[in-house]
Amino acid sequence: MHRISVTVNGTTREGEVEARTLLVHWLRDSLGLAGTPIGCDTSNCGACTVLMDGRSVKSCSVLAVQADGSEVTTIQGLANGEWHPVQKAFKECHALQCGYCTPGMITAAVDLLGENPDPTEEEIRHGLEGNLCRCTGYHNIVKAVELAAGEMREAAK
Amino acid sequence: MTVTDTENTGSTEPQLSPAGNPMGFGRMLRKEDVRFLRGHGHYVDDVQLPGMLYSAILRSPYAHARIVSIDTSAAEAHPKVRAVITGATLEGLNLAWMPTLSHDVQAVLATDKVRFQGQEVAFVVADDRYAARDALELIDVEYEPLPPVMDATKALDPDAAVIRTDIEGKSDNHIFDWEAGDAAACDEAFAGAEVVVEQDMLYPRVHPAPIETCGTVASMDPITGKLTVWSTNQAPHAHRTLYAIVAGIPEHKIQIISPDIGGGFGNKVGIYPGYVLAVVGSIVTGKPVKWVEDRSENLMATAFARDYHMKGRIAATKDGKILAVQVDVLADHGAFNGTAQPTKFPAGFFHIFTGSYDLQAAHCKVTGVYTNKAPGGVAYACSFRITEAVYLVERMVDVLAYELGVDAGELRMKNLLRPEQFPYTSKTGWEYDSGDYPRALRKAMEIAGYDELRKEQAEKRERGELMGIGISFFTEGVGAGPRKHMDILGLGMADGSELRVHPTGKAQLRVSCQTQGQGHETTFAQIVAHELGIPPEDVEVIHGDTDNTPFGLGTYGSRSTPVSGAAAAVVSRRVRDKARIVAAAALECSPDDLEWTQGRWSVKGDPEQGRTIQEIAMLSHGSLELPEGVEGHLDASVVYNPPNLTYPFGAYICVVDVDADTGKVHVRRFIAVDDCGNRINPMIVEGQIHGGLAEGVGMALMQAIAFDEDGNCLGGSFLDYLLPTALECPSWETGATVTPSPHHPLGAKGVGESATVGSPPAVVNAVIDALKPYGVRHADMPLTPCQVWLAMQGRPARTDLALT
Repeated sequence: MHRISVTVNGTTREGEVEARTLLVHWLRDSLGLAGTPIGCDTSNCGACTVLMDGRSVKSCSVLAVQADGSEVTTIQGLANGEWHPVQKAFKECHALQCGYCTPGMITAAVDLLGENPDPTEEEIRHGLEGNLCRCTGYHNIVKAVELAAGEMREAAK
Repeated sequence: MTVTDTENTGSTEPQLSPAGNPMGFGRMLRKEDVRFLRGHGHYVDDVQLPGMLYSAILRSPYAHARIVSIDTSAAEAHPKVRAVITGATLEGLNLAWMPTLSHDVQAVLATDKVRFQGQEVAFVVADDRYAARDALELIDVEYEPLPPVMDATKALDPDAAVIRTDIEGKSDNHIFDWEAGDAAACDEAFAGAEVVVEQDMLYPRVHPAPIETCGTVASMDPITGKLTVWSTNQAPHAHRTLYAIVAGIPEHKIQIISPDIGGGFGNKVGIYPGYVLAVVGSIVTGKPVKWVEDRSENLMATAFARDYHMKGRIAATKDGKILAVQVDVLADHGAFNGTAQPTKFPAGFFHIFTGSYDLQAAHCKVTGVYTNKAPGGVAYACSFRITEAVYLVERMVDVLAYELGVDAGELRMKNLLRPEQFPYTSKTGWEYDSGDYPRALRKAMEIAGYDELRKEQAEKRERGELMGIGISFFTEGVGAGPRKHMDILGLGMADGSELRVHPTGKAQLRVSCQTQGQGHETTFAQIVAHELGIPPEDVEVIHGDTDNTPFGLGTYGSRSTPVSGAAAAVVSRRVRDKARIVAAAALECSPDDLEWTQGRWSVKGDPEQGRTIQEIAMLSHGSLELPEGVEGHLDASVVYNPPNLTYPFGAYICVVDVDADTGKVHVRRFIAVDDCGNRINPMIVEGQIHGGLAEGVGMALMQAIAFDEDGNCLGGSFLDYLLPTALECPSWETGATVTPSPHHPLGAKGVGESATVGSPPAVVNAVIDALKPYGVRHADMPLTPCQVWLAMQGRPARTDLALT
């Protein structure tokens, strides 16, 4: 067993984990942060995407021990549990249906906009290529990211 | 009938509620998003119960093999293992086999032999999910491999191995023969036709692959004998009845809870062995047991879709009047006949394959066979195989256009049913309720700029560039029953609904259907708002819990709005009628003297004298003396038995560019004009169309579950079974016409599956059109770069088999 200490959604969390424990299982089963779902186990679908030290990672492909000492933000910790502009834009643009890919899609979008605050449609599509959605056909997700980008640029002025 | 040419709804702009929502139909942001967007959805894998154990399933590596022995001793000795269950354990409980939804049986755990790769062989319950998986490695199974039947076209060969040796006297792999239409009339039409074109085509096996896999938590209370099951399912009430039949547990002691569902698309209609095993695990251990499959298990063992080998024939005059369509189908049902469709329809609604055209005759013959593949067949937003039917007829029309050398759009326009022909009884017996088809096609062609596109294509062809334009026109049939014609396992397809208006005028609507992302909590509240004038934010929609909702058959086949939505409208009207009597008592007048304006009963000619629905709610719970026969309170219930299916339709146009060097297809544009009658929430309707279009692109270009000759599944992960990403999808261009259903109380028709049903042939027709300079008339889906390249070489592959 390995002792780890991770700042999760702004709070330091400590735990004993097996070397093989996946970050997503530690978040869900040990910390009760069930807002981050599991979709494929093979890092293809992106449903489990969280931010680790500000960058998006697929938490089914990160060992909990690899997260030791880092800062992890899940969907439940974005904007301190309030409404992040990306979350607001997803609602306004109807960018979700079943909601299962949504936590990963939103965290991936937050990372994308951190890197590129004014992306083109093409850049958004490229940026979210690693996140699968079966309900929306991506159309409204792209619109939501465009809307959020505008709002965030406006807020940053 | 009225046809409104509009981008939104057929209704007038409703007034707004205090929260700014429409008091009825119109764009309304979804209520459920508040939890989904902040990580507070509640899916099956989020269920945590005190003392809950985890489980895992050992699966067969072979497609066909006899089980010689199973040694579980090492697994049982694992310190964290609580139970190991095999087929032999289940045989002792009479649970080794369970009924399917098509009057066959399916193994819960294999006893005699395994019949597909990934079939369930043993089940482990352990303290945590890692230990359960570890223990699978400790189970030793000895198999004696048998020759697998992987090619459906050889399943009926005399020397094919017999898969279902469990069925007494079974000596082949034949399941059923079924036909529809008039064979003699069809033969006559073909004999006299100037032009007859034939085309073989395969709708390959695909998998719905919702992002959430299937799973369950079963909790049997050893003291009360009550079984509570949380599961990913689209039909909680049907599941309850099935659990009672399968496990012998009294139905009133079973509660099925279907929490938030991470996409269904038909994958979550049936009952899987894992669900039954979790119940057994809970009974054996006395603890709640969670089972959640991984992605490979989902793709390899749960309900697949399609797998139809079709031989189509179309007869026409020289000038392009279509006379008849005939089709022979070989249907690959896998190892157990587990298709989920109404009992009288072994090929689902495939016989709606005459599509949107005015024909003289039609006939189809379908033969179902067993193969060593996972069971299923009816899943994946297919409207009970209308997907296959639309693909068949829309490809045949394009093949005919190719042979006649005419424009595929003109050919369709010439043959579409005309508005004055509705209601129209098709040559295979369907009564289409309403439609204006030419208008929808014209609108799609207008949005596309069809003539300009053809010009552009001609110029590009001159330069050797490959551009294709594909059209499809579909007629859907959704909203099963009526119950006298349609049942699943003897359960008639009608839906209950209950509405209670509380004293303060807030309401709870209980429905039997189960959302998997369709937004029922919003749209069904809008229906109540529309009918009763209670703001949608004041209406809570309760669903997905059999202890707290009335009986009904569930959500699949686009039946929520056509059936449960109608139930919600009718139950609201019953409450309105009751409210009228209460208002009359309060106003000391006759109910006949009152008239309804949105949300209020008032005296005719004296509108000042009236009571709002909220006031009436308090009055009906209060001390007001009510007329005899009125019991007080403000509630009602209904069972809605639909008189007919509803028939949404649409015209789709796809524009593609094909890279002549690599065979890669780029979907440049996609135009979708849908007519689903009145739209309750146009935003949600559009969203569902977008999703279905992406599915269509996926099926046409990427998705297929193929097998090699040894029986290995070649689509067992998202590395092998490719789904469309944001990059493969264009910005969808949508349009609408509105032809209200004449028999649905809201004039709505259902739309959830329209785009999945209608879009694949548009994409395929576009790609084949692009390949016209190469003389390509047909190639089977998925049109991967490899398949396109092979088609250009004149030798397209069979996409259900491994390339050799």
